[in-house]
Amino acid sequence: MISTPQTVETQLLEVNLGPQHPSTHGVFRMQVTLDGETIVKLKPVMGYLHRNHEQIGEGITYVASFPFTDRLDYFCAMSNNLGLALAIEQLGGIQVSERGEYLRVIMAELTRVLNHTAVTGFLLNDMGAFGTPLLYAFREREKILDLFEAASGSRMMCNYIRPGGVREDVPEGWLARARQLVDGYPQFLDEFETLLTKNEILRQRTQGVGVLSKALAINASVTGPLLRASGVDYDLRKVDGYSFYPRFKFRVPLGTVGDVYDRYYVRILEIRESLAILQQALKDIPGGPAISPKGLALVKAPRTFRPPKGEAYGRIEAPKGELGFYLVSDGTPQPYRYHIRAPSFVNLTILEDLCLGHKVADVIVILGSIDIVMGEVDR
Amino acid sequence: MLPPLETLKSELEARVPGLTLTVEGTTLVIPREKLLDVCRWLKDAEPLACDYLADLTAVDYPPDPAGGAGRLDVVYHLYSMSKKHGPVTLKVPLPRANPVVASVTPIWRGAEFQEREAYDLFGVRFEGHPDLRRILLWDEFEGHPMRKDYVVEDQNVLG
Amino acid sequence: MSIDQGLESELQKQGIYVTTWDRLVNWGRSNSIWPLQFGLACCAIEMIATAASRYDIARFGSEIFRASPRQADLMIVAGTVTKKMAPQVVRLYNQMAEPKYVISMGACATSGGPFHKGYNVLKGIDHYIPVDVYIPGCPPTPQALLEGLMKLQERIKARGFGAAMAEKQGEYPVPAYGPSGLVPRFNPAVWQPPSNETLNWTATVLPQPSTPAPPAPSSA
Repeated sequence: MISTPQTVETQLLEVNLGPQHPSTHGVFRMQVTLDGETIVKLKPVMGYLHRNHEQIGEGITYVASFPFTDRLDYFCAMSNNLGLALAIEQLGGIQVSERGEYLRVIMAELTRVLNHTAVTGFLLNDMGAFGTPLLYAFREREKILDLFEAASGSRMMCNYIRPGGVREDVPEGWLARARQLVDGYPQFLDEFETLLTKNEILRQRTQGVGVLSKALAINASVTGPLLRASGVDYDLRKVDGYSFYPRFKFRVPLGTVGDVYDRYYVRILEIRESLAILQQALKDIPGGPAISPKGLALVKAPRTFRPPKGEAYGRIEAPKGELGFYLVSDGTPQPYRYHIRAPSFVNLTILEDLCLGHKVADVIVILGSIDIVMGEVDR
Repeated sequence: MLPPLETLKSELEARVPGLTLTVEGTTLVIPREKLLDVCRWLKDAEPLACDYLADLTAVDYPPDPAGGAGRLDVVYHLYSMSKKHGPVTLKVPLPRANPVVASVTPIWRGAEFQEREAYDLFGVRFEGHPDLRRILLWDEFEGHPMRKDYVVEDQNVLG
Repeated sequence: MSIDQGLESELQKQGIYVTTWDRLVNWGRSNSIWPLQFGLACCAIEMIATAASRYDIARFGSEIFRASPRQADLMIVAGTVTKKMAPQVVRLYNQMAEPKYVISMGACATSGGPFHKGYNVLKGIDHYIPVDVYIPGCPPTPQALLEGLMKLQERIKARGFGAAMAEKQGEYPVPAYGPSGLVPRFNPAVWQPPSNETLNWTATVLPQPSTPAPPAPSSA
């Protein structure tokens, strides 16, 4: 007598995925309840990297917080600085020099290219393509990191952008090297795409997995490529038009279904759009000072910068989503309240919704497609 | 386009019965009993359509020696993804001794984790939140460390 | 027992190598250290970059980063250790098979780093487990990590193989979560506060080692 699956009694199994796990992108823990291999419940547990960034920020001057913003989304250090600079400029009424603004756009878009390439590599790594796309991505990343090291002195924690512009001008020959890199990048991207986009295994594992509907995405405050893959046209570079983005022609790729495959493909298309912005910016960059006079005064004497009492919320389209900095000033050189709105933290709200009904292997892929960095989630 | 702040204030006072609010800088200060009504109207009213809660946080103002009573503000930044405008900034002042306010998670799901963080670090209790417990610190932790009067046990040690 | 240099080189020309068992085994051990995949924060990215094709840690023998602590020799603590994560780090260290080594990579794992003023930051992983090599930097460049690995290799070669295998460290006590920090604050067998420390450290009685605590019931 063979018992059918309906007559077999099973128990739900509770398993911890993390905090030490090869695929959780840092110290992130998921308490999953399994019925066989299918997810029935998923509770994310975070805080394993809570480094009290906001509390530290209240005790130091505004400019001294910049190195700490590098360590928020530690993968994309250059663009985090831009968000804080925008908030401080709003608070203190600081103008930005033109060359400085172009340099900021160049650094931010290079960071976006770097991030999206590496995230695709990590996603494929999680799926089991152990090594090849990741190593290709890291090879390109090293080229961009060389540029960052030449400009700012450090590969990762660059601490380069300041209110009013950038800390110092790029060295001679840097712009030519950047142009060379940007011109050669589409060829690497084509090679990368040939391996991946029409790949049968990738399609089987990502199409139809982790579908995020438009309504839920908006309601759950999801931002970034995750939102755009679900078909919502909301890119802060177009909506807010901060920095000099309105000067550049670029498109915003949108997905249709909202599954993992759409998120992967939206990121690849965004790299191409970023390369277009970079080509325009590197062509049009003017001469002049890299930082405005008021910004220079702030950098030279941070303790004399006392913004008027008030508050400011500066936000940028970071590679992971909307990165916002909320500053409350009370007239002293230290901020009274310094809050960071981290995209990865808020994007995790829908993790359980996306994973219900899928298998354990799909959870890893879905988490990889949401693209989180624990430095941001926990701050 | 978002209407100017004064227009918004008079609209709100007209639509939500029993509401009087003040404008502080660029923020609207809402009394805590009326928070849910205000939020629902801001989300559903057609010209505003604030369907995106960007940021939810708390600011601590401890009582000062001059005699001012302390307060804990909960700050909301609202934008609109359909109309692409914003921000509408709301502030809800709460007493420090018993900071309780209604949760906006039923209106914007994105508030779920951010309210848990405000509870964890400031002690604000959100009524109606589906799962209000600590998110960044461990459950046995006592106290709310982002408050201005919290003393860190080993902040200035050498080792 | 040492051998005459001239005789040694004569024999080598003929393809005969003379060495001790210790040196031979240590040569093998130090050139095949398998690290545990354990990145906590930003330093983890530099660790991955070291494993990538440009800096290629595989040519030093660390071909594969093992996901399971049972199969790893080396734990590179890369990133800030928070108080919430510290018990897990100690548990992982206990699960590794001996002989095992720890490299504390970066300023945060060594002493709390730029975040040392935080209420949730452990001021150095050496409060609870013994560390062999400290690598400064924030983050250390891949070259610095490789230099730290080479120092560890020298350390392995410098110790007799038999002595290393005979030593059994046992389980280190896992700290518990307290109301405002970890209990105990540090493990006195591994670390002592510096002599000019003004804070009154009170190390409470250590919990009994060896049997791990039962898993906590799931909440929510």
